[in-house]
Amino acid sequence: MSNILALIPLLPLLGFIFIGLFGKRLGRLTVSIVAVGLVALSFIFSVVAFAHLDGGRIAVEYAEWMSVGELKVPFGLVFDPLSGLMALVITGIGALIHLYSVGYMAHEEGYARYFAYLNLFVFFMLTLVLGSSLPLLFVGWEGVGLCSYLLIGFYFETEVAAAAGLKAFLANRVGDLGMIIGMMVLFAFFHTLTVSDILLQVGKPSPEAGFGILTFATLMLFVGAIGKSAQIPLYIWLPDAMAGPTPVSALIHAATMVTAGIFMVCRLAPLFQLTPITLTVIAWVGGATALFAATIGLLQRDIKKVLAYSTVSQLGYMFLGLGASGFAAGFFHLFTHAWFKALLFLGAGSVIMAMHHEQDLFKMGGLKSKLPVTFWTMAIATLCIIGFPGTSGFASKDEILYLAFLKSPVLWAMGVAGACCTAFYMARLFTLTFFGEPRDAHAFEHAKESPRTMILPLAVLAAGAVLAVFLGWPTAFGGSFRIEKLLEPALKFGQSKALEAVHHEGNPILLATISTLLALGSAAFGYTTYRGGLAVAATRAARFPGLHRLVLAKYYVDEALEATLYAFIRWLGNLMWKLIDVILIDGVGVNGPGVMTSIAGDFTALFQTGRVRNYTFGMALGVLALLYIFLT
Amino acid sequence: MSAWISSHLLTFLVFAPLFWGLIVIAFPERLAPLARLLALLGSTGVFFIALIHLLRASPEYGALFDERIPWFTIVGLPVDYHLAADGLNLWLVLLTTFLTPLTLFGTWNSITKRAGTAAALFLLLEAGMLGALLAQDLLLFYLFWEAMLLPMYFLIGVWGGEDRKYAANKFILYTLAGSLLWLVALLYVASKAGSFAPPLMAQAVQTLPDKVQKTLFLAFALAFAVKIPLFPLHTWLPDAHTEAPTAGSVILAGVLLKLGTYGFIRFAIPMFPSAFIHYAQALAILSVIAIIYGALVAMVQWDIKKLVAYSSVSHMGFVMLGISSMTVIGTQGAMLQMLNHGISTGALFLLVGMLYDRAHTRMIADFGGVASKMPIFTTFFLIVTLSSIGLPLTNGFVGEFLILNGTYIAGFAWGRMIAILATLGIVLGAVYLLWMVKRVFWGPVNTDEDSGTAHLHEDLNAREIAVLVPIVVMIFWMGLHPQTFLASSQAPVEQLLKEAKAPAPRMSVMQVQGVKP
Repeated sequence: MSNILALIPLLPLLGFIFIGLFGKRLGRLTVSIVAVGLVALSFIFSVVAFAHLDGGRIAVEYAEWMSVGELKVPFGLVFDPLSGLMALVITGIGALIHLYSVGYMAHEEGYARYFAYLNLFVFFMLTLVLGSSLPLLFVGWEGVGLCSYLLIGFYFETEVAAAAGLKAFLANRVGDLGMIIGMMVLFAFFHTLTVSDILLQVGKPSPEAGFGILTFATLMLFVGAIGKSAQIPLYIWLPDAMAGPTPVSALIHAATMVTAGIFMVCRLAPLFQLTPITLTVIAWVGGATALFAATIGLLQRDIKKVLAYSTVSQLGYMFLGLGASGFAAGFFHLFTHAWFKALLFLGAGSVIMAMHHEQDLFKMGGLKSKLPVTFWTMAIATLCIIGFPGTSGFASKDEILYLAFLKSPVLWAMGVAGACCTAFYMARLFTLTFFGEPRDAHAFEHAKESPRTMILPLAVLAAGAVLAVFLGWPTAFGGSFRIEKLLEPALKFGQSKALEAVHHEGNPILLATISTLLALGSAAFGYTTYRGGLAVAATRAARFPGLHRLVLAKYYVDEALEATLYAFIRWLGNLMWKLIDVILIDGVGVNGPGVMTSIAGDFTALFQTGRVRNYTFGMALGVLALLYIFLT
Repeated sequence: MSAWISSHLLTFLVFAPLFWGLIVIAFPERLAPLARLLALLGSTGVFFIALIHLLRASPEYGALFDERIPWFTIVGLPVDYHLAADGLNLWLVLLTTFLTPLTLFGTWNSITKRAGTAAALFLLLEAGMLGALLAQDLLLFYLFWEAMLLPMYFLIGVWGGEDRKYAANKFILYTLAGSLLWLVALLYVASKAGSFAPPLMAQAVQTLPDKVQKTLFLAFALAFAVKIPLFPLHTWLPDAHTEAPTAGSVILAGVLLKLGTYGFIRFAIPMFPSAFIHYAQALAILSVIAIIYGALVAMVQWDIKKLVAYSSVSHMGFVMLGISSMTVIGTQGAMLQMLNHGISTGALFLLVGMLYDRAHTRMIADFGGVASKMPIFTTFFLIVTLSSIGLPLTNGFVGEFLILNGTYIAGFAWGRMIAILATLGIVLGAVYLLWMVKRVFWGPVNTDEDSGTAHLHEDLNAREIAVLVPIVVMIFWMGLHPQTFLASSQAPVEQLLKEAKAPAPRMSVMQVQGVKP
């Protein structure tokens, strides 16, 4: 078993090394077989491991990574229901997206490079979820960030892609700073960074009454999650990340990498449970992001940008769930979202390819007859994301909204408002793409359904999006919310307390009915607005010109950051360089005494002449001065 | 011969490059290619001999090799010729012998005038650095310390860029001024101890009043701080780096700077434990200023080489921070970070040199789209960049991670705050390096006829790849299995800190160094 476990991450790594070294000489077919095959194999091993799991956990240590004093970090993997389910999603959806890429990237330059990066990404993502300690999780954490950087910048010869890659890496690094600080604090407190060892000790301290050191630690870890999972205020990189190839957006920026923050919080759930202040912060940041990003999604013209803001918003829902102590609910939404959002992105990719790399919704229209498979699969995904009753998206989102209501009705209201926006922009996207008259006759003329390597993943993902509901039909609707039971060994690891019975305060059915009716109404409004083209929307928008401009400009967040923060940092760097280094230290401190003594030398003539000598003298003076400062 | 080498390995390591260098320097100008070849072969030989012998010795506590003979007496003070290799200098010695031939080969065609003399100077420089790293007698250390300045002074002053005279003078005067007071302090302690042997000197220091101990420590610290260089004594470094020829920059960053931090570990801490503890927090604060300051200033540079130079200030700040933490984790991190910086920053200077050789400019604005022109070069540059910004599984991460954790649990009051501030260096490190990478390598090809990109006609050749491959191997080896490099210094570092924190009987250090009380 331990060998199989090691192979799950190592196979994609092997693929990266092999394709990276020999890719150019191999030919596209070999590259495709190796890249897709190894991830598929990894998926099979994950299934085998999951079948052996039986509610327990498999933990293996292979070798020592670093070991200094108390700081011991082995290369170890842990396969439990939480990491196992993630591994299944990563390798399963990953393999499908690899297959899809064979068709999507068929005519692109850098085919081998693309698949090498994609395999490397799967390796790092698996390291992130399977790693037994926080530093190992961090290896994956930064590693997926690197792959994201490389894949966003895949078309590196364009300025847009290069800038977007840089922005993604740096925003993530800001978050990573939180991760590192969090790890430092936890190490100082628990004297270990192995997750299971931390969680076994977590049972002992009672919840922190106020703001304690553990609250600080979990807040810092959450900063890491904000960066990686694109929450306010670090969400800014994700929409730009759409500069990468569309399958990358599906895999990295929808289904897997961006959910790493949610996974990390779930992994440390008992620790976060101990710090209620942090949970409240998580809930509000999540709720705010869910609504805020959804409003930006309302007016985007680029089909991928709509989906990008939608992802930011949906990640917000997941955090809202976690913050309301619904770790299983948040994770369940991660699970269902992985299916339907990957499907939406791949469907969008299919549309984009059919339209000859046109991403502007305003130039699409009427594609229903041309792209039947894409139409029907995307229809399923759209129903899921708007929370149509009975779909997986309905089950996971309404569970979150219910928990949010228990935490604070305001959070619930924000979630419902976000859900209405979601329903509207998805109806808008779907209508503008598939219904009405074609707005670009030429592109429409040549549009045709995608090749089989792309259609097959769409169909499988659609099936997954439908079936995902069986893992967590809410108890309020007569289900058993099975995922909570499944994840219990992981989410309650080391906790003596049995699973608390869920209190069904409030009226979950009434709440769900309200939010669902509002969402369906918004969807219908979206459909009627755009059914006949763009004219109706334009006249309606003209009634609120200021608001329309503000939302269209994404609230000017990027512009504000450029004018303040970025400018300030550059100014600071220049100030330090030109004022402190050049003028103060060199001018006054180093060269100054030399110049002064030269002047003095002119008066006292004869003795001091050479510049070098003055210089030495000046240095000695400077040194003495420093010493004087230090000593007194 | 081989038996003699085995028994006098350290003497061989120091004097082989010296004599070989003196032979090579005698070659006339027209035989420069031959001289250069001989220098390369000689330094390669030294590397392999060092590698075979040093790695065969088990990395246990204590000196692996020890050579000691009385040398001469100055004003009644005996000076020993005492060299030793132990866990504290083992890997730095190997780094020096590794980088010297690599640098010579990597900059094969960069120097055109009097190439043989330049190559010979590198051998002399290597001898000086190895001598300083191995010396156990403080006066011997001082002599090597000053001796290695000269070859570097000439390398910058003769083979440097336009402002080479200013940079070379600044380099040597800064360093000399720094070591001026150190020499006085050193002689003072030696006169009290009646010896230049650090254990005896340490004992003598114990008997001195507190204030005097602190003064003496500051004199030592100043000399080492200039070398590191620690803020605000760093301004010689950007000038020296920018003006030095590529090979000079590589060795300067790769090894020379480490002698400052090594000096703290080898001499300043064991000799002045209580003074060091007293100033540890101040040093940590200066280190964290260096980390952030160096990074911010690096960010706004126009010249790639100057950017890398300021990044050195930032990275060496991490090393000093780890040492100041006075924790095993932090100090071990510092030991590793010294090697990391030697490999990664050395490699960055090599790569910038390769770019400069082709484009004859180092201005960031002159480039753009280099990735389209030189894919292999870009791959190497990216790997080295990632190691420099401390991406996990490369060498940079482990060192920084240990240093930060060590600082967070350091004994002084502001340890936590300092550690948290230091993490900013990790973000800023990514900012200045990847922003530069974006402007130089990505984006559309700069089609301006006068641009640097326009002059890039060929990708790396076999020689350049051969130089970079061992570096990349080291980057991943150190990142994946840092224990190889941490194991030998673990026990000595633990011992060092234990004694520094409980300075009463100082027997064990003397036993280690073979001194009869």
